[in-house]
Amino acid sequence: MNAPLIQPQTSAWSIYRAIVGIGVFCALVIVIVFQSTAERIKRNQERFLAAAISEVLPATKSTIAVDLGEDGQLVATTESLTLPVFLSYDEQNRLVGAVLAAEGMGYQDNIRVLYSYSFEQHAIVGFKILDSKETPGLGDRVEIEPHFIANFEALDVRLNDNGDQLNNRIVTVKQGEKNNPWQIDGITGATITSEAIGNLLNDSAGIWIPILERDAATIESMPAGGQ
Amino acid sequence: MATKKVTPTDEFVKGLWRDNPVFVQVLGMCPALAVSNTAMNALAMGLATTFVLLMSGLSVSLLRNFIPREARIVSFICIIATFVTSVDYLIMAISLELHRALGAFIALIVVNCLILGRAEAFASKNNPGRALLDGLGMGVGFTLALLFIGVVREILGSGSIFGFAVLPDTFQTWTVMVLPSGGFFAMALWLLIVNRLKQREVEAARQAQGVVS
Amino acid sequence: MNDASHWSIFLNAALVNNFVLAYFLGICPFFGVSSKLETAVRMGGAVSFVMLVASVCAFAINLLLDLVNAPYLRIISYIMVISSTVQLVEMLMKKLSPATFRAMGIYLPLITTNCAILGLALFQTNRGYGFTQAVMYSLGAGAGFALALVLMAGVRETLELNAVPDLVKGTAAALVVAGILSMGFMGFAGLGR
Repeated sequence: MNAPLIQPQTSAWSIYRAIVGIGVFCALVIVIVFQSTAERIKRNQERFLAAAISEVLPATKSTIAVDLGEDGQLVATTESLTLPVFLSYDEQNRLVGAVLAAEGMGYQDNIRVLYSYSFEQHAIVGFKILDSKETPGLGDRVEIEPHFIANFEALDVRLNDNGDQLNNRIVTVKQGEKNNPWQIDGITGATITSEAIGNLLNDSAGIWIPILERDAATIESMPAGGQ
Repeated sequence: MATKKVTPTDEFVKGLWRDNPVFVQVLGMCPALAVSNTAMNALAMGLATTFVLLMSGLSVSLLRNFIPREARIVSFICIIATFVTSVDYLIMAISLELHRALGAFIALIVVNCLILGRAEAFASKNNPGRALLDGLGMGVGFTLALLFIGVVREILGSGSIFGFAVLPDTFQTWTVMVLPSGGFFAMALWLLIVNRLKQREVEAARQAQGVVS
Repeated sequence: MNDASHWSIFLNAALVNNFVLAYFLGICPFFGVSSKLETAVRMGGAVSFVMLVASVCAFAINLLLDLVNAPYLRIISYIMVISSTVQLVEMLMKKLSPATFRAMGIYLPLITTNCAILGLALFQTNRGYGFTQAVMYSLGAGAGFALALVLMAGVRETLELNAVPDLVKGTAAALVVAGILSMGFMGFAGLGR
């Protein structure tokens, strides 16, 4: 009973067959699951985005996704980007503003936000956090703290005379020290997250607002029932 | 050797207490600590892991005569990764918010030593029926352990359970409990309790056998 | 393309968001290997190396997956690359330093299931790091992991020599130490910004 068993060496063929067989099986399962959930996932994402856009710019009735074309001009696009930018139109197809997604490194991980820009007021008029993993009770207060949210009712992002950059940097200041419309009143105890939001908004707006101001009118608004 | 018949119920039950993956085998700790800052996340993570445990255990058991010894680990990993990818897409289809809350940790189920461990130690050597029971038991035990940790962290750290406030506003929340440190502390606490209970079990068994302790 | 500077990525991964103490990645080997300082150092080195290789491979795979538009193959391809890398490290170590290989024992193949490595690959993909950023990220993560491991081993070795109640001995005590270490590392918040 204790004699050592000589194990027959498994043939290379059976090993090869097993690995390929498993590979095929796994590939099948993944593709089936992927295909059957793709529709549902896409609808979830669209619904979420549409709800978020309405939240930051309620006057929106239709949107056109835009991106930078090869020559640096704004163009309408059908590609879904990681950080989409939309032009918003009301029922009469008048341009009411732009909605942009931006992201930047917070304390724990990347923070993704959605904000709206009003061409009339030259200011950011809406703001929503899409994705954040900040510390609960501390960093995540940027989502609920009333005085912080009030920052984004009219955050000044006026352009300079050349029209090629923001006249004033968006900068986060200590809670209670906001003196200018382009400053963000921070949250004590959530400094890093507040500053991160200031930085990511500044970077995003610095790139996009000049382009939008220059080119937004050139995008043909689609007939009613656009996107 | 006298074979003790292991009943199907036993296959299921052993994962709940005697061989609890988190508190006894001390496997799968990464998600246990990372995703247990609220009870809801803990529950979702536990269920997702149970799904992968079940499906991969079943697959490995069904294919056990087809996979030669040399290709074992590679095949197991491939199968587990497949079902982890599947549960990832399934969760995205069910709820984007939940998917966002669990984040990268869904993908990390694939390196949960528990699943590979069960595939190797059990599923590859037993029929599909038993493999299912074992997977279910381990999965439920894992989910319960995660829930215990999650509930403690959420109550102390946010004053709520599953989002429902259970402590009055005047309660100063122990924010540290929802931070990484809190995960370590909560786990240590439960481990202590489990160790104490097991110690008592052993003492009681010894006394029952009339051994001088 | 992420905007973070290389230095801040490194510091962030090593200290502020230490993989073990902040993200809970790599806990199994963390508790398994941290009882002796010597093994801890070796493990830290091995993991750092695997992280670097895995990071580079993950970057390449991701480019390929984007090309063929098959995001669903990401998890499988990453984990396959990681297991192969670990096999490679095992073989190399056996040849170059058999003593270390024997000392590491079972823990070497267990690096495959080290969530820190897969986590690294996934995080760097999610954050859209460029190539050099990814390299800095993996270097920082490896350094942070090694640091946490060595710190832990140091404390645990000292604990061994002290009177600790039976109930708390072993993993429970290690968990409490880890919790305190984690709180300490939170003090690095804001570094490198």
